Amino acid sequence: MHDVGLAFQLVFDPYNLWVMLAASLFGLFVGAVPGLTATMATALLVPVTFFMAPIPAIAAIVSATAMAIFAGDVPGCLLRMPGTPASAAYTDEAYAMTRKGQTELALGAGLVFSAIGGLFGTAVLIVSAPALADFALRFSSFEYFWLVLLGLSCAIVITSERPLKGMVSLILGLLVACVGLGNPAGFPRFTFGSIELMGGIGLIPMMIGMFAVSEIIRFAVDTSPQMLIVDQPIGNVFKGMWTLTKRYPLQIFRGNVVGTLVGALPGAGADIAAWMSYAISKKFSKEPEKFGTGHVEGIVESGSANNSALAGAWIPALVFGIPGDSITAIVIGVLYMKNMNPGPTLFTQNPQNIYAVYLLFIVANILMLPLGWLCIKAAKQILRVPRNVLMPLILLFCIVGTFAINNTVFDVGVMLIAGLVAYVLEENGFPSAPAILGVVLGGMLEENFISSMIKSDGNLLGFFSRPIAASLGVLTLSAWFLPPVIRRLRRLAGA
Amino acid sequence: MKINDAVFGVVLLALGVVVLWHVQSFPKIPGQNVGPALFPGSIAAGLIVCALLLIVSGLRSRPRVAWLEAPPWMHSPRHVAAFVALVLSTIAYILFSTSVGFLIVASLGLFAMLVAFGVQRGMAVVVAVVGTIVIWYAFYKLLRVPLPWGVLERFAF
Repeated sequence: MHDVGLAFQLVFDPYNLWVMLAASLFGLFVGAVPGLTATMATALLVPVTFFMAPIPAIAAIVSATAMAIFAGDVPGCLLRMPGTPASAAYTDEAYAMTRKGQTELALGAGLVFSAIGGLFGTAVLIVSAPALADFALRFSSFEYFWLVLLGLSCAIVITSERPLKGMVSLILGLLVACVGLGNPAGFPRFTFGSIELMGGIGLIPMMIGMFAVSEIIRFAVDTSPQMLIVDQPIGNVFKGMWTLTKRYPLQIFRGNVVGTLVGALPGAGADIAAWMSYAISKKFSKEPEKFGTGHVEGIVESGSANNSALAGAWIPALVFGIPGDSITAIVIGVLYMKNMNPGPTLFTQNPQNIYAVYLLFIVANILMLPLGWLCIKAAKQILRVPRNVLMPLILLFCIVGTFAINNTVFDVGVMLIAGLVAYVLEENGFPSAPAILGVVLGGMLEENFISSMIKSDGNLLGFFSRPIAASLGVLTLSAWFLPPVIRRLRRLAGA
Repeated sequence: MKINDAVFGVVLLALGVVVLWHVQSFPKIPGQNVGPALFPGSIAAGLIVCALLLIVSGLRSRPRVAWLEAPPWMHSPRHVAAFVALVLSTIAYILFSTSVGFLIVASLGLFAMLVAFGVQRGMAVVVAVVGTIVIWYAFYKLLRVPLPWGVLERFAF
């Protein structure tokens, strides 16, 4: 109880509240401008939060991302361009509603059910994280090895249309993680005599490159013409929300559950949650033919899914240090920098930090209602900001921000190369999510693998010697071998 | 730009082979059969397998998929200029920021990028100067990041 009180003090400290307000406005702006994503917002915040205490740093990221995921709906409605990938699933639907003159219903649904989704995801986080952490106390290197491998396999299967390309992305990420002194033997690998490389390839410069610089490159070479804003006055966005809640309670609940689960899966984040939720909504709807013509049901369900995915992604991130999505991949880097190493010890030592994180989520999602309303009112002005002025400024900010982490221009070079490589790879169908997971989890995978091998004296069967390890191992292997086997069986049965 | 899978496959195969060959030179840990070479070696082996599969898939998709397909933006000088300005400004920062100084390199780089992105000259000058000063103030004064003074060293404050 004493810790909860401490948590309240940390969260409602005036400096922290100002940080949350500023970060929320930043998140709303980034979410609302097409071409700036929520992950980019997080990457841009890292150099700034580097200099803050742990709780305000996390507060900034939590508020910014929660707002950004909602704000992506706004240009989707008005411009038919999603502000963030998470809104892409229902952009066409929202735009169709605007054409029918129902802008405020679409935006209001997006706002209110995003906040509800976020609160639901937070509730699941609060209930499940400590229980999982308790379970994780029984984990040793064998269990962690299988868990990381399972998470990586999951990410490949879910995030890529071609698992082969996902596998290649993952391997590239793992190779990047091998550079440096940070391996169980302490032997400098792939450093080629460079002192800079001894510390490994910086995670934060890479992330800023992959998520911010690659988007700027994408904008620079974008040949599609500017789209025009639908110029309509927007009425009261909160009208009709209670009616929607009464009409679609199952959809709201289902969207929240799907979103939280998908968010908790490593590598799959708000955008995948929204797509899956929209598809599920259409499949189980009583009026599927209305989807696509401007029907609010899909927006209610997937709007809540993408925000609950944000909170869900923190569950594996806090408990195991395995990121649930790209945003939490960056957050894990920040947590390590602030000495809040993810894992069960986070819950046992200094629990006021965990309570503070829960409170931050709750406050951020409640703040979403008034600030989101403000964003909708200011939408036309925000969308009129010229992006060709904005993007070069953002690039300079990225360069200086990356430099600020270690005061070396080597990191700026890493950022540039990461951005270019990420752009080329993504254009050719190689997903970036497995690559990030590979970089973030490569060290953990190797460390647990080597420790386990030493413990079992090189005997691979040792990996199945403990009950939890054996179950996780079987789960991972079935994730690899079952799908092709099932496909083969189905083909034999059908022939 | 769309590059045929086989081309990726060849590059990745080369990478995998080089890594696998390089890790043979890593020392073994006496008394243990797992050393620093095991993990990167296994990953490189996996990469080689994937690269071979990519080459097969890429060759099978010929002639439908070209070796290298130039994207639409390469035909537009404006977009090529934007891309080149982006890359060159960053490289210029990396090479010259310490010697010439942050203020000069950043404002010149910003100006070049803004003009390449289609902003009018006059507006570009204003944004470049104001933007550089704002970012400089935020990082140098507020966050105390040691941005280099370069040739303006004598005026440092």
